[in-house]
Amino acid sequence: MSYLKPVVFSDLMIQQTMQYSLRVPSDKRYLADVRRFIEAHASIAGFPEFAIEHIKLAVDEACTNIIDHAYQRKNTEAIEVVIAVDVLAFRISLRHRGIPFQREQYHRPQDLRASINARKGGGWGVFLMNKLMDEVDYRILDGYNEVYLVKKRLLNGKS
Amino acid sequence: MSSFSVTFRTTPAAQILDLSGELDAHTAQDLEVAIQTSLSNGKFALVINGANLRYISSAGLGVFMAFVEEIRENGGDIKIVALQPQVYDTFDLLGFPHLFDVLPTIEEAEAKFMAGELRH
Repeated sequence: MSYLKPVVFSDLMIQQTMQYSLRVPSDKRYLADVRRFIEAHASIAGFPEFAIEHIKLAVDEACTNIIDHAYQRKNTEAIEVVIAVDVLAFRISLRHRGIPFQREQYHRPQDLRASINARKGGGWGVFLMNKLMDEVDYRILDGYNEVYLVKKRLLNGKS
Repeated sequence: MSSFSVTFRTTPAAQILDLSGELDAHTAQDLEVAIQTSLSNGKFALVINGANLRYISSAGLGVFMAFVEEIRENGGDIKIVALQPQVYDTFDLLGFPHLFDVLPTIEEAEAKFMAGELRH
């Protein structure tokens, strides 16, 4: 499915990247501000409503995990949300200075029935991020860590 | 900041929780308290009215996962109604319609409780 009207590609368009950033405290009361920021830019980028909801949800889940796990619920740290939009994709970098994501320690919930039986509601954020985005990556960079999410704008993106 | 509220109504068939706003990891605790209050008052037939719920993340869904077994053990159920399409989509991504009654209207949930259909 194509999200946008046909475009004529030029080298200039492919190279052009628009970047926007928002810095929020590592406090869950700011999750709504992050969602508004994502919503506004995904809308400007031309995504349909359902795709905007998906991007918003994936970013919300990622920020929640950064607060809970990377910062271990310490609410005085910072998360920097950086959006980079080009003709091909909408990319979100969530930068933090907490504990990096430990892939080997993450256990995906078995299924909904198992969560109900265990009376536990947690662990579904990573599942949703992977389900909703075209790319999810965790990077350890110079001086900070990053959760990197990509939603493609053109062909072959997840609907 | 996320705006979320939950209010209670009691009908002959059920306790109705009207949710409004956005349910995320910040506001999920309000829902948790509301459900806990219902259970403390002996109300186990719960209808979650999502007509004015605009958003839910996995933290909100997690509240239903955490409570439903205890509620069913007490002969009750959580029935979820009137979800807006984008909110229904999130419930669906995790498979909720397979394990919960997710219904179009409050009346249908009440009718199921009246008919004694407590479990999905």
